[in-house]
Amino acid sequence: MRIHRFEKLWLAAAFVLIAAFIATIVYGSLGAGVAMVGDEGGTVDPDDPTASDNFREPGVYQTGDGEYAVYVEARQFAFAPGTNEPIRVPADAEVTFYVTSSDVTHGFELVGTNVNTMVIPGQVAELTVEFDEARTHHIVCHEYCGAAHHAMEGTVEVVSQDQFQSQDVPEVNEE
Amino acid sequence: MTFVDKFPEEAKLVRWHFGVGFVALALGGLFGLVQSLYRTGYFRDALPIDAAQYYTVLTGHGVLLALVFTTFLICGFFVWAITRSLDRPLAHQRVAWAGFFAMLVGTTLAAITILNGFAPELPFGSADVLYTFYAPLQAHPAFYVGAALLVVGSWVVGAEYFLTYREWRADNPGERIPLQTFMVLATFVMWYLSSFGVAVEVVVFLIPWSLGWISQVDPLLTRTLFWYFGHPVVYFWLLPAYLAWYTILPKLAGGKLFSDPLARVVFVLFVLLSTPVGFHHQYTDPGIAEGFKFIAMTNTFMLLLPSLLTAFTVVASLEHGARQRGATGYFGWLRALPWGKPSFSAMALAGLVFAAGGFSGMINAGMNINYLIHNTIWVPGHFHLTVGTAFALTMMGVSYWLVPQITGKQLQHKTIAAAQPFVWVIGMTLMSNAMHRGGLAGLPRRTAKPLFRGEGAAPFDPVVGSIAEMQLQIAVGGTLLFVALAMFLVVMTGTWLSRSGVGQLSVNGTIPAPLSGPADSPRILDNLKVWAGIAVVLVIIAYGLPLYSMVADGILSPGAGLLAPLLGL
Repeated sequence: MRIHRFEKLWLAAAFVLIAAFIATIVYGSLGAGVAMVGDEGGTVDPDDPTASDNFREPGVYQTGDGEYAVYVEARQFAFAPGTNEPIRVPADAEVTFYVTSSDVTHGFELVGTNVNTMVIPGQVAELTVEFDEARTHHIVCHEYCGAAHHAMEGTVEVVSQDQFQSQDVPEVNEE
Repeated sequence: MTFVDKFPEEAKLVRWHFGVGFVALALGGLFGLVQSLYRTGYFRDALPIDAAQYYTVLTGHGVLLALVFTTFLICGFFVWAITRSLDRPLAHQRVAWAGFFAMLVGTTLAAITILNGFAPELPFGSADVLYTFYAPLQAHPAFYVGAALLVVGSWVVGAEYFLTYREWRADNPGERIPLQTFMVLATFVMWYLSSFGVAVEVVVFLIPWSLGWISQVDPLLTRTLFWYFGHPVVYFWLLPAYLAWYTILPKLAGGKLFSDPLARVVFVLFVLLSTPVGFHHQYTDPGIAEGFKFIAMTNTFMLLLPSLLTAFTVVASLEHGARQRGATGYFGWLRALPWGKPSFSAMALAGLVFAAGGFSGMINAGMNINYLIHNTIWVPGHFHLTVGTAFALTMMGVSYWLVPQITGKQLQHKTIAAAQPFVWVIGMTLMSNAMHRGGLAGLPRRTAKPLFRGEGAAPFDPVVGSIAEMQLQIAVGGTLLFVALAMFLVVMTGTWLSRSGVGQLSVNGTIPAPLSGPADSPRILDNLKVWAGIAVVLVIIAYGLPLYSMVADGILSPGAGLLAPLLGL
């Protein structure tokens, strides 16, 4: 089979491009530490997520020194917490979100950040992040979830460590 | 001899497929215009829909264009490609007609349920579930039955291609499969393997659930079955465009295809790699381990190879054509191409736009980069370049060339036709660049009011430009696209209604032999059974374990145990 010289060069360049793309992703995972949402969150009963061992009453919990867990339940058309009251977390701390849905599929995204996950009934999305600065983030439900989908939103307030300590946050022991 | 005179029955079959596809295009395109004016806030109050009905419009736009228009055009176009390249009539026309009617009935059922969102007095119930119909959002059963009939109907039409090929093979033992036939068969091998997933999702889970026979379905499992089909379906759209770019476009440019064997290699790679990639639509899904996402990503990036090869071959073929027309210089040959011929300009511009779409697709494919743009308006910005232009505009170009041949009528309104592809591309450039930039700023897709707070764009911080300017470009772009669509339909309707037999047609279906033919390429390239077998193995590697774990944790409900819901526990 005859392959033109230019075509061989092009083919080689294409392979280099593909290898380079995969390398950038591997660097992002191993070097920069961008972990994917995976199956770590486990599964829950979609009708009653808090009945399962791996989901708590929605809210913010302190789980260790500088470590916090935020349990969020999404349902048509609000995040609890997030919509009626903002989610308050400290800056420069390890914050792990556990997000699930008790009705249909939703999305959970902090606009302009890489906190972005699908929220699927029966599954718990687990994401760990660290906020560098104190500011308010806008939560968007980015998956169509029904007639008032566009009204489903909320806020995350990242406050400085000093301000946060005055808050009353239950401490729990995460295994 | 014109196609319609040589194969009158097959020409009729192609006409019916195209006709239904064009009706879907008209209605789906109108919905697109409504969306771009509603979502961006222009004329929101003047439009006769409320925010909830925006999602009815969105469902109609997606289903009619991405599923109905595409499938009818592809099945019709392939009837032409098979008949022309094997130079024989279809083996059993009734099979193809049966498939066509199944698709038509399915489309009608689904369309009625969607339109029910505007007019509740229509039969059945509503189906505001978008074209991805993620459970537990539920549509009326007629919507799911319609979707299943559309897919199964396409399988039946596809069977006709294989039956016709089998007859040809019996008469021509040992000959290489003609290139267009090879492309059609390869596309359908891929289509059977991948659309099986959505068929299982709809027939085994969603139809029984919507009828109340089972009380619930596993949202992650059904969603995974959807995306098992949902990415390969884009190659089901793309490969017919490739068939046109490889076999028709070089001829229109005045030249011939550069390499037949590499065209076959490209299609083989699509057979192998199109399906084990669906998890790249689920990078941000919980419940799927990172490793499986990585496998899907690697396969996705490998799919760049056949597309990059296509870019080379198509451009080389065009340059060859231009030089045959006397062009010189490194880039001077570009001017010698027949840009005034709408069939050529539509396909060539579609190819150019696809290059841009390919690059934004590479961003989507990057597993962790995907966090930034997942479910933002970047994503529709991307696929309006691919299915919305690479496929749609190519098929418009094919229509300018093929409709005269399947009707025996001269193309009408040639000036409108000549301008149409350029209007489309200008509209798409405005709309898509704004959508991509909006997505980078976090603007969500699939929403009636992206800036719900009404305080302007406070939460969204664009890198380049402003949200207001993007909204304007989307509205103007969407309007121009609708104008271009109307121009296309005016040309098609005018041609269809004109008198036949007026003068000699200015187009013909003869396709010149490639510069480098199939003779010296390995014969195994033509052995689709081997490639299908390897493709199945790759699918098992990519999907076996994750699907097993989704089923094992409760087939209808995660966390319940395999058969618990069935036993009523």
